[in-house]
Amino acid sequence: MRNVLTIWRKELRSYFASPVAYLLLTMFAIIFGFFFWNIVGYFVREGVASLNRGEMFPMNLNERVVRPLLANAGVVGLFMIPLITMRLFAEEKRTGTIELLVTSPIRDGELILGKWLAALTLYGGLLLLTALNFIFLFKYGNPDWKPLAIGYLGLLLQAGAMLAIGMFISTLTKNQIIAGAATFGVCLLLWVLGWAGGFETATWAQVLSYISVTTHTESFSKGVLDSKDAVYFVSLTFVGIFFTARSLESLRWRS
Amino acid sequence: MITVKELTKRYARNTAVDHISFEIQKGQIVGFLGPNGAGKTTTMRMLTCFMPPTAGSATVAGFDVLEEPMEVKKRIGYLPETPPLYPEMRTGEYLEFVGRLKGLSGTELSKRVDYVCERCSVAEVREKLISKLSKGYRQRIGLAQAIIHNPDVLILDEPTAGLDPKQINETRDLIKSLAGDHTIILSTHILPEVEQTCEQVIIIGKGKLIATDSVSNLQKRASGAESVIVEVASRSGELDTAAVQTRLEMVSGVSKVLFKEKLQTRNVFEVESGRGSLARGDLARAIVEAGWDLNELRPSAVSLEEVFLQLTGNQAAASAEGASAKGASK
Repeated sequence: MRNVLTIWRKELRSYFASPVAYLLLTMFAIIFGFFFWNIVGYFVREGVASLNRGEMFPMNLNERVVRPLLANAGVVGLFMIPLITMRLFAEEKRTGTIELLVTSPIRDGELILGKWLAALTLYGGLLLLTALNFIFLFKYGNPDWKPLAIGYLGLLLQAGAMLAIGMFISTLTKNQIIAGAATFGVCLLLWVLGWAGGFETATWAQVLSYISVTTHTESFSKGVLDSKDAVYFVSLTFVGIFFTARSLESLRWRS
Repeated sequence: MITVKELTKRYARNTAVDHISFEIQKGQIVGFLGPNGAGKTTTMRMLTCFMPPTAGSATVAGFDVLEEPMEVKKRIGYLPETPPLYPEMRTGEYLEFVGRLKGLSGTELSKRVDYVCERCSVAEVREKLISKLSKGYRQRIGLAQAIIHNPDVLILDEPTAGLDPKQINETRDLIKSLAGDHTIILSTHILPEVEQTCEQVIIIGKGKLIATDSVSNLQKRASGAESVIVEVASRSGELDTAAVQTRLEMVSGVSKVLFKEKLQTRNVFEVESGRGSLARGDLARAIVEAGWDLNELRPSAVSLEEVFLQLTGNQAAASAEGASAKGASK
């Protein structure tokens, strides 16, 4: 556990020693802020319009603002994840520091866990910044906090899985760009795979649609904690971490 | 301290290390010598548990590299060919990180960091970013990280590669000063380095063990005879080379006199004799009494270079093949 902490600290330090972390935080905050402004503005205008029509105020903040915002945050996160994971192992392989890590008395599992947790922490930081926007929602409106919390939990679980996959891809190459591009491709594919279920009802389409991330984010952004979806993300995380461990091991036999 | 038995590493297409066996005693400083691509780095990587051997076994401080890699890793300090540094860290910060990786903590950690900074003379750049430091400093930081946990065994892969002559000397002195506390294996393809720093030498070529012996024994082994270089000068005009040669040959114990070069009024000879039978005093006296000046009289040591050439045989072919083997292994 101590070793995991050592690696975690070093990774976070590396993120914040380079402009990477600041760039990601800024980009994410700006984009999410824009979404927030846009969606809330639309919500208010529509609310006023419906009042003018003499309707009751049937609009729900959680339904009309929180849900689309969180769904969007997931999509933006998709673009951020390759930028977070691409350097994790590729950089160590390129500069040769992997030799230091592998010849130190720490287990591969500790190394991998430390790195993954650091990536997840950075992503958590991104999400934390977006949470600032919701303060306004609580100040001027009256949303329910529980679905919001579940929505964030969903984003974090989803990121954990994607980060694990990205980390695995990063062990395969010395080149950060290749690792980043491949991770982006895989994440995107996992995202759009759900479309297969839209027009096909055959078994293969259902399988594809199950594999897709989209299928499993919907319930979370609705504010529903579905154990089936949680299990999906957790097992995807384990798969990613497991493959990372195997890849690290084979690195030794091949190098 | 280190026992290697029939160690072998095969890659898909070539064998990088082929049944190597040797033993290293505690506190020794051992040169691991061979042309580029001979298998030095591969052997070291197996000893440091970076990669497992294909066959054979190696034990470090009594622990097998395959069975108990954790115990081995705790007792080894390793400096790979390129120092494993994080350019975005500060020197002190980096050393602290490595110390933690090696299992140090608390006051012990800060004490060790202070100590290695002092020892490797990097204290003055402790607060500097590694990316801003010169190659010499980086190499020393690399050494500092290798000794941070006071390991029994130090494995250094070409520690002087890419340094300027002054830095090379500093690094060598540093390594020599570390011997005693640590058992050191140091790989190099530079022969004088071994002569200057090591007590024991292991020569490998094309993945095979060629020789393992002490440096002085190897030098002796290469030469059955002892030879001295003599420079003789004349005070009055031309020097009669033939006369000098005949006179030198008459000195007792001399078996052969080789004329090396003629420089106006000075001649240089190489005088060979059976081991231990040459009296240098007699040689000097003979020259002076014949009315010549004795400008220089020095033993011509057989360099390891010659030993190496003799042992590895066709050097040109070996290094050409070695280069391609190295290319394949990387």
